[in-house]
Amino acid sequence: MNIKSTLLASAIALMPFAAAASDLTIGFSQIGSESGWRAAETTVTKQEVAARGIQLKFADAQQKQENQISALRSFIAQGVDAILIAPVVATGWDEVLEEAQDADIPVILLDRTVDAPDDLYLTAVTSDLVHEGSVAGQWLVDDMAGADCRIVELQGTTGSSPAIDRKTGFENAISGHDNLEIVRSQTGDFTRSQGKVVMESFLKAEGGDNICALYAHNDDMAVGAIQAIKEAGLKPGTDIKIVAIDAVPDAHLAIANSEMNATIELTPNMAGPALDALAAYLADGTVPPKWIQTESRLYTAADDNQAIYEVKKGLGY
Amino acid sequence: MTRSPFLKRITPQLIILAIVLLLNVLVLPDFFTVKFQNGRLFGNIIDVLNRGAPTALLCVGMTLVIATKGIDLSVGAVMAIAGATAASLVVEGQHWTTAVMGALAVGALCGAWNGILVAFLRIQPIVATLVLMVAGRGIAQLITEGTILTFLDQGLIHLGAGTVLGIPTPILIWLSLGSFAAFLVRRTALGLLIESIGINEASSRLAGINSRVLLLCVYVVSGIGAAVAGVIVTADIQGADANNAGLWLELDAILAVVIGGNSLLGGKFSIVASLLGAMIIQSVNSVILLSGMPPEFNLVIKALLILAILVIQSPKVSHIIYILRASTPPAKVDRPNPAKELKR
Repeated sequence: MNIKSTLLASAIALMPFAAAASDLTIGFSQIGSESGWRAAETTVTKQEVAARGIQLKFADAQQKQENQISALRSFIAQGVDAILIAPVVATGWDEVLEEAQDADIPVILLDRTVDAPDDLYLTAVTSDLVHEGSVAGQWLVDDMAGADCRIVELQGTTGSSPAIDRKTGFENAISGHDNLEIVRSQTGDFTRSQGKVVMESFLKAEGGDNICALYAHNDDMAVGAIQAIKEAGLKPGTDIKIVAIDAVPDAHLAIANSEMNATIELTPNMAGPALDALAAYLADGTVPPKWIQTESRLYTAADDNQAIYEVKKGLGY
Repeated sequence: MTRSPFLKRITPQLIILAIVLLLNVLVLPDFFTVKFQNGRLFGNIIDVLNRGAPTALLCVGMTLVIATKGIDLSVGAVMAIAGATAASLVVEGQHWTTAVMGALAVGALCGAWNGILVAFLRIQPIVATLVLMVAGRGIAQLITEGTILTFLDQGLIHLGAGTVLGIPTPILIWLSLGSFAAFLVRRTALGLLIESIGINEASSRLAGINSRVLLLCVYVVSGIGAAVAGVIVTADIQGADANNAGLWLELDAILAVVIGGNSLLGGKFSIVASLLGAMIIQSVNSVILLSGMPPEFNLVIKALLILAILVIQSPKVSHIIYILRASTPPAKVDRPNPAKELKR
């Protein structure tokens, strides 16, 4: 029901555009549904396409590149007007992308990029992981306003690119601010349970009163850590400030309950900017830049998190 | 004076546990400090006992399965299925006791599935349980519909995150279930029968042991243990995470059994030693977390510590220790001779 109402809302909001919609057909090859975020991306893409009055051919690749390649070939055979693809791996796309180019069908990459010559695709719409980390760091710099702060960090899976980049971005943002110091940093594997376990050890090793802020590389670990902080008899969000990344529904709920302070959105709406670029390209040949960076929006207690939670809950996170 | 055979059996595990706990004290001097805070016991040693609960619960069943010369790779996935079942039942508005019963029933069913494949269809245990290990997470995701299924039922949460008289509930659960199982197999003939299957199934069957039913039961026990562990981890984070609940925990459980000095070739076993093995693994995890080393070193440190533990326990090394002890003359003890005392 929630999906329906959001669909309806966005359809009404975009009515002027919808009226101008042509009889375009586009194909979308999605990786699969390995995470809540991925499911939300699928939902939002379908909404965005429907709001513009475009026909959508959807193919779920179930985490397999060969499925994506055959989906692309079938889109080409059906003569779609454009192709959106969230590539499961970075390599091995040259041949099928050339086939699309020969058929004069523009291809737009969503969420991830590929190792192929960049003239084989129209543009790539992705987030900037380093930027997300630096938005989180900047929020803490501003919030502390020069006060001393000992920070603990919950890293993502060791060696994964989100963990490396979100750490780098955060460190860049707080460097030069001597009042901020990361005192402990350990991996929580992006999961709630490890986030809780590792936070428990932070609280004991440092002492709960000596930790002023927590930076978690994703919201799930922050949600786990919030429970550990509560069990230690401290108030999350007040005694220990919490900033994390992703903006999943449960993070909005935690902010609404004053148990968390800020989250940076990894938007599931990669299709919106992609479709805008496509519309401009088809209308008058405007060539978009090769990389379109999605907005990494900061959500704090200043936003109506309860309302955002209600909307996002229906997206399939 | 001879030491009791039971104490002799678990002496190596106790010594290793003491050494690893000492390492913890080295990285954090007030490791053993336990405070009463916010209505619960609060301290690192409590964390070790609490966080070791899932592995401890898994290794009870795993010890029995391994004693029959089998192995159960599916326990991690069964945890995910049981957790998802419990969470979905309370979300539907069922009472939490119903949810726990449902989860246990599902765990028993999964165990029975493994047991039938092994005992009746004669499929090798490693392959038979691999089926559920791979398929299980898919089943769990079907139950949770791909999301982290969160709930606020206080009764269920209490099993994972609550306390009884200040002691975290998971500690009480694994201690009572573990000692019940250890007591049951050693105070009845059950343990002996299980060992006989592991040593020679054909001759134990000829001796009149119903080995098929016993094998089935062992896998069912393993499934139920996994279900309890699954309910605990789900209750702990107030949500069923089908992707990550119990991920790779089957390997920790097998390792705990091995550290407990049990042979993977079946036969004689000790549940208490396996439980100590689980606590040793958790203490190693604790050293890593408390040391403050960069996470890139986590697995290296763990591997080195585990390797050291296994080398110390290896037959070759224990033989060398035995030779050394035998070749050194017994230390002269200045003890009053009771015989002389009597004469006087």
